Amino acid sequence: MHIVVCIKQVPDSAQIRIHPVTNTIMRQGVPAIINPFDLFSLEEALRIKDKVGARVTVLTMGPPMAETSLRKALSLGADDAVLLTDRKFAGSDTLATSYALTSAILKLSEEDPVDLVFCGKQTVDGDTAQVGPGIATRLGFQQLTYITKIEDLNLDAKEIVVQRRAEGGVQVLKTKLPCMITMLEGTNTIRFGKMDDMFRAARYPLKTWSKDTTGAEETKVGLKGSPTVVSKVFVPKPLAQKATMIEAEGGSPEALASAAVEAIFGAQPKLADDLLARAAAGL
Amino acid sequence: MVEKFDAIVIGAGPSGNAATYTLAKQGLNVLQLERGEYPGAKNVQGGIMYAAELEKIIPDFRDDCPTERHIIEQRIWLLGDDNYIGTNYRSEAFNTDAPNRYTIIRANIDKWFSEKIREAGGLQICETTVTELIRDASGKVIGVRTDREGGEIHADVVIMADGVNALLARRAGYQEELEPQNVALAVKEILFIDPQLIQQRFGLKGDEGVVIEIMGKVTKGMVGTAFLYTNKESLTIGIGCLISDFKHGSCPPYKMLEDLKNHPVIKPLIEGAEMKEYAAHMIPEGGYKAVPQLYGDGWMVVGDAAHFNNAAHREGSNLAMASGRMAAETVIELKQAGKAYTASNLSAYKKKLDDSFIMKDLRKYRNLPGIMHENKQFFGAYPDTITAAAHNWFTVDSVDKKTKEKEIMKSFVKKRSVFGLVGDAIKLVRAVR
Amino acid sequence: MSEPSKPQGRKFQLPEHLKVYKDVWVIVEQERGIVHSVSLELLGEARKLADKLGVEVGAVVLGAEGPDLNRICADSFSYGADIVYKVTDPVLSDYRTDPYCRVMTDVVNAYKPEIVLLGATTLGRDLAGAIATTLATGLTADCTELDIYMDNRSLAATRPTFGGTLLCTIQTLAYRPQMATVRPRVMSMPERDDSRVGRIVEVFPQLREDDVVTKVLNFIADREQNEAQLAFADIIVAAGKGLGKPENLKLAFDLAKVLGAEVGVTRPLVQAGWTTFDRQVGQTGKTVRPKLYIAAGISGAIQHRVGMEKSDLILAINTDPNAPIFDFAHQGLVGDALTILPALTDAFSRRLSVNRLAG
Ligand SMILES: Cc1cc2nc3c(=O)[nH]c(=O)nc-3n(C[C@H](O)[C@H](O)[C@H](O)COP(=O)(O)OP(=O)(O)OC[C@H]3O[C@@H](n4cnc5c(N)ncnc54)[C@H](O)[C@@H]3O)c2cc1C
Ligand SMILES: Cc1cc2nc3c(=O)[nH]c(=O)nc-3n(C[C@H](O)[C@H](O)[C@H](O)COP(=O)(O)OP(=O)(O)OC[C@H]3O[C@@H](n4cnc5c(N)ncnc54)[C@H](O)[C@@H]3O)c2cc1C
Ligand SMILES: Nc1ncnc2c1ncn2[C@@H]1O[C@H](COP(=O)(O)O)[C@@H](O)[C@H]1O
Repeated sequence: MHIVVCIKQVPDSAQIRIHPVTNTIMRQGVPAIINPFDLFSLEEALRIKDKVGARVTVLTMGPPMAETSLRKALSLGADDAVLLTDRKFAGSDTLATSYALTSAILKLSEEDPVDLVFCGKQTVDGDTAQVGPGIATRLGFQQLTYITKIEDLNLDAKEIVVQRRAEGGVQVLKTKLPCMITMLEGTNTIRFGKMDDMFRAARYPLKTWSKDTTGAEETKVGLKGSPTVVSKVFVPKPLAQKATMIEAEGGSPEALASAAVEAIFGAQPKLADDLLARAAAGL
Repeated sequence: MVEKFDAIVIGAGPSGNAATYTLAKQGLNVLQLERGEYPGAKNVQGGIMYAAELEKIIPDFRDDCPTERHIIEQRIWLLGDDNYIGTNYRSEAFNTDAPNRYTIIRANIDKWFSEKIREAGGLQICETTVTELIRDASGKVIGVRTDREGGEIHADVVIMADGVNALLARRAGYQEELEPQNVALAVKEILFIDPQLIQQRFGLKGDEGVVIEIMGKVTKGMVGTAFLYTNKESLTIGIGCLISDFKHGSCPPYKMLEDLKNHPVIKPLIEGAEMKEYAAHMIPEGGYKAVPQLYGDGWMVVGDAAHFNNAAHREGSNLAMASGRMAAETVIELKQAGKAYTASNLSAYKKKLDDSFIMKDLRKYRNLPGIMHENKQFFGAYPDTITAAAHNWFTVDSVDKKTKEKEIMKSFVKKRSVFGLVGDAIKLVRAVR
Repeated sequence: MSEPSKPQGRKFQLPEHLKVYKDVWVIVEQERGIVHSVSLELLGEARKLADKLGVEVGAVVLGAEGPDLNRICADSFSYGADIVYKVTDPVLSDYRTDPYCRVMTDVVNAYKPEIVLLGATTLGRDLAGAIATTLATGLTADCTELDIYMDNRSLAATRPTFGGTLLCTIQTLAYRPQMATVRPRVMSMPERDDSRVGRIVEVFPQLREDDVVTKVLNFIADREQNEAQLAFADIIVAAGKGLGKPENLKLAFDLAKVLGAEVGVTRPLVQAGWTTFDRQVGQTGKTVRPKLYIAAGISGAIQHRVGMEKSDLILAINTDPNAPIFDFAHQGLVGDALTILPALTDAFSRRLSVNRLAG
């Protein structure tokens, strides 16, 4: 059983700010972390490893500094790590990214066939949720997104049963390996690694692959391989003007509340009618 | 199987980094453990970095060390309620190829230092907290335990560089509890600001920088100081007071910092800046008398954990680096001589410290902390009287100078008796002699 | 997403062979006979885009033949479609990526729309990511604004990035179709017009269940569970950390009861365990668009704001007159939520009961 977990190093979005003067994103000094959504997938992969035995390889495409994220994943218990890095990948959109990652997964499969690919639900920087489906489609793997639970995994029959968050309900799906899975957030909690894994991670000789290592075609990666073009980046304009402040003589809560009710009904007569009709009907 | 190293260093601040790097560079099998997510994640420093000590460890550090600005001007200000009196020293001579002092952002420096350690072959593991020292039956330290499963690690010698709390030494019974009058609590903020504004407001070009050390009424009569440093694209502003004073005082630290930022002479300097990070940290300020036992069978303690901090001159990281280096050199010398890391052999470390600026400076100022603590007039009455005197002196109002002198003298004596004044002068002279 | 590259922006002219791509499509999302409201919102949006381009609106309805599907086709016309591509096969009765992706790829290749829109729902995002790969074209996720640059008839899809701190506009210039998923309840719901009619193009893909690897064993509908139906509520009383402690959440529930409203909360409340995740409004929670949003003790952080700023009327209650929420709320009330909420509950119930007596 060989599981590949795709992780992405992202800036900690909680700490991103807009530069007050230049209106640009300040990435400087913002710590880089593993995309938080990827950790739910990594943990699920590690649980499968604990339960039925598996080799877990983490894969990332990014600049050389993404190494820290891979080591972190190793310290949590992943067995191997591959850093896919090449200037030629720069500027890849989701189509090109999923192509590049697929080329690396295919190469990994040559040594040890890959049965499961885990991706995060989405990233916090790109936030597209497209790379996982892109990889599944290219590999011809069954695509299982927004999974809340792996109910059963039968290695002999190569069958897996999962619960999937759908609109308006939960689907229970049964399918065959190989598959690509993205886990929904909050479905598990990432573990605290063991001391030996910390040592192994610190000493692990990272595999660094370039475009040529995986044999990816030049026209399908980077800017050339990306159909989308960012034509404009801008700061959202402040919505409405400031709020109209509700005031009342004396400023008692009661007076303010009455004033607020009148203000609401005044601004939204239709809503007021609905509410009054509803009340009249004794609902 | 339990891993075994020549040495374990606990902590990745300046002292731990200096020790680890020195050991790794000499080819020792050294492990550095840090509880923060990455080196620098938990560290707070004003910060000014003094080149001399780093240069001893990494002579060509200027090639790639991410410093902010080199300092060409030092200001010392005494703040009144809406005024200040102070001295400035600025010199072109500080614009050399090898400046002596730099403003820094600690997280950047720590990260860079860690890189150097890895290049030198040191093994560094973060996000791992050492919970206790492991000792054999004879009491000799033989390793550490961490908060992770399978967390026991062995080493011939353990260097504790875990900062001001020195929890490990305390837990092992090598140090007493911290005394509130021996530790200051400092809060600081990094404020983002357009570099052009920094250049304009402080009259700087290129990477030149200014530091302002501040005393006076902003500490509300408590023992403490404040500072404002220029970085490349930000300002660092902070203030600190003794914990014992905060305990009694009514003004919490963050409020004090707010007041400082709103002080009429400070506000124009930081106008338009945006807060980027806020941090609070302790500084060991007990000085010479608070220095604990520094070594024992299989262990040494360095940096803030050893209380190596010169509050009067705001030096800490340089003492940390120097002590870390000296501890490492002691280990290397003993290893080369084939000697064991017994307490008596490790006393060579203490000898190195005694012969260096660390113990010499700490001894020189040994009485200062106590005097400051017991004589609050330095932080309350004096700033007022002195600034009022200056105001009087510089106001041209047809009062003759002789009368002004008399008025000024009288104002001093009114706040404090002649005996008090003379006594204070003597105390200060003694303390810093 | 890529950095700006050549060919750039509006000046780019579409190659001849891609000019045969015409019309704006919406993939109408239905599960078990229920249409997701975002699909109807998108039909309204597609209408505007198509009118600008002078082309038609196509709705793609997939599923098993039956009365439900016919009703959905009719509804698609009512909400703005000119053509409905009705794709029927028993295999399509439940959503599964693989057969849906195969069929959609074929339909797009056969009829060549220039724009394909889907809701940014679990189904829409799952399917869009797959088809964009088989079609090897550009896809912009989670958009909040769509427009056409008339210079070269290209779709300008705008979406938040970095958690809403910035917006970016993305284009697919040299590829067709141009695809986008759009956040639910960001576009306004078009007026229903039952007099509208159009053409139906029937497609029979002839799928074989044996070719589909993934089987649906069960579907557990949310309605059978006790989840909050926040997303569709007309009125939401939302509570933030300003309420101080978990017990005070009751004040919001009390008001909600009088108004027949749902209770929403900010993320810190969910993280602190005051209530469950299904009540969280914002970037990582639900996007809502009620007629009235009462925000009590909420600062108005950008991550919360993106989930509720499209509400018709926002009333903010906050002790801090400088709270950012007052920058975008319609009405503001500076005061302690702990006293204002009960007073509002009283005031509303008095106002509403007066009417009952009178009526
Ligand atoms: C506001 C402020 C301003 C200052 N300004 C200056 C200045 O301008 N110039 C100057 O030279 N000095 C300054 N100092 C002092 C200087 O920061 C310290 O003297 C110096 O950081 C001490 O270095 P250290 O390595 O001993 O300890 P620290 O820097 O505190 O490092 C200790 C490290 O050990 C880690 N650690 C602790 N416990 C454990 C454990 N159990 N297991 C694993 N890891 C652990 C911590 O996470 C930390 O990384 C300032 C201090 C403060 C607070
Ligand atoms: C990646 C990421 C995703 C996030 N996603 C979401 C999300 O989906 N949804 C979300 O909500 N947040 C989200 N957040 C968190 C968001 O940034 C804010 O922290 C959060 O919205 C703040 O919640 P709050 O307004 O309840 O609390 P606070 O910001 O603490 O505000 C409390 C407010 O209550 C006021 N107040 C205090 N006492 C009273 C009183 N008695 N009466 C009236 N007012 C009072 C205060 O003045 C203050 O304005 C996310 C953050 C990150 C980093
Ligand atoms: N550069 C990358 N390297 C590895 N995995 C990635 C990369 N980009 C995206 N992914 C994976 O695809 C998921 C969805 O990403 P996105 O489509 O950007 O929202 C992420 O959670 C990752 O698991």
